[in-house]
Amino acid sequence: MYSLTYIKPDSIDKAASLLAESDEHKVVSGGMTLLPTLKQRLARVEKLIGLEDCGLNNIALNSGILTIGAMASHYDVSHSADINAKNPALVELASHIGDRQVRNRGTIGGSLANNDPSACYPAAVMALKGTILTTKREIEAEEFFVDLFETCLEEDEIIKSVSLLIPEAAAYEKFPNPASRYAMVGVFVAKFPSEIRVAVTGAGENGVYRCSEIEHALSNSFSADSLSDITLSAEGLMSDIHAEADYRAHLIVEMARRAVNKASSR
Amino acid sequence: MTQVTVTVNGNQHIKDVSDNMLLVDFIREKLALTGTHVGCDTSQCGACVIHVNGKSLKSCTMLAVQADGCDITTIEGLAVGDKLHPMQQAFHDNHGLQCGFCTPGMIMSAIELIEGRPDISEQEIRQGLEGNLCRCTGYQNIVKSVQAAATHSQQN
Repeated sequence: MYSLTYIKPDSIDKAASLLAESDEHKVVSGGMTLLPTLKQRLARVEKLIGLEDCGLNNIALNSGILTIGAMASHYDVSHSADINAKNPALVELASHIGDRQVRNRGTIGGSLANNDPSACYPAAVMALKGTILTTKREIEAEEFFVDLFETCLEEDEIIKSVSLLIPEAAAYEKFPNPASRYAMVGVFVAKFPSEIRVAVTGAGENGVYRCSEIEHALSNSFSADSLSDITLSAEGLMSDIHAEADYRAHLIVEMARRAVNKASSR
Repeated sequence: MTQVTVTVNGNQHIKDVSDNMLLVDFIREKLALTGTHVGCDTSQCGACVIHVNGKSLKSCTMLAVQADGCDITTIEGLAVGDKLHPMQQAFHDNHGLQCGFCTPGMIMSAIELIEGRPDISEQEIRQGLEGNLCRCTGYQNIVKSVQAAATHSQQN
């Protein structure tokens, strides 16, 4: 790792000021992606700004909206009784990110800011009509996720929390890569009184996206059977050493079927 | 350089460290506790797992400065005198190791895994140790050891 200076500000405003000072300054939350990247010397920072003392790990439920602080770890989310009571799908999702040690330290804010195309949280935030609160503004999920590892966050903007709507029913199913545990395909299905939202991670060439064909089919009837005739096009899906695009197209429908079954059985 | 204060296996240490020093290097090089291993450079193998404030973490994926004020347990902190920790004893009894390189990390992960779970299933143990790799592929006896320790914890 190249040399760096580590700073631990005690407020998010101070963190944002430090970040704005230079392009060579970066923030770190859990560091589950950033630290391995720094270790490999794939990135270099002058000042690393740790957010652990900024008090961003609160989880709160107010008038039907769940708000999760950016520094809440995957462990915190997976062990939250409030979240489990209102949206068990989110608990299941957080319980299967990476491995135990990643879950103990990795955070929801870090995962969203990194926007790894195979990460689980972007699918949940997209499906649950998420709003990302930053040091500058509020951003809707569909605007927030831009492309692979790219969000609309400005260089000196930091995520403070994410707010999610409580669905009537929801479930997340992923087909994990057996080595990395990242989603080769992950599908989050959320049923709201007025609409069905289905978000797909791990598959799209531009990262997380909503699958309108599956949403439309489920709007007519929220059952796994309503997906039995769907064949998705492989266009716009990733092909890599783990799976070809057409295999991913098949997996999206299959994960959606499983998610609908699980959501319906609660 | 930054001064950090950490409690490791019950002993307080105050040391100056470079901000880019990994916690595992701090433990091995500054404290000479070499039971915590480095098996990879990519945060995948889990040979460096320790407990920080009661939670298992890969000490190669945390900076020493981030551990300032923390309470740390390493493999050296488990035994009481000559008496092995029940998880260490279970690995000994069930030959839960071949070359032994991954063992410290396996044991630290397994202790957290079975906490309050005396009836944990074999499948849950296999899944729960997903962050630890054994290059000898000696998983059968590792899983057997962890299950034995879980059962033992119920009896005591």
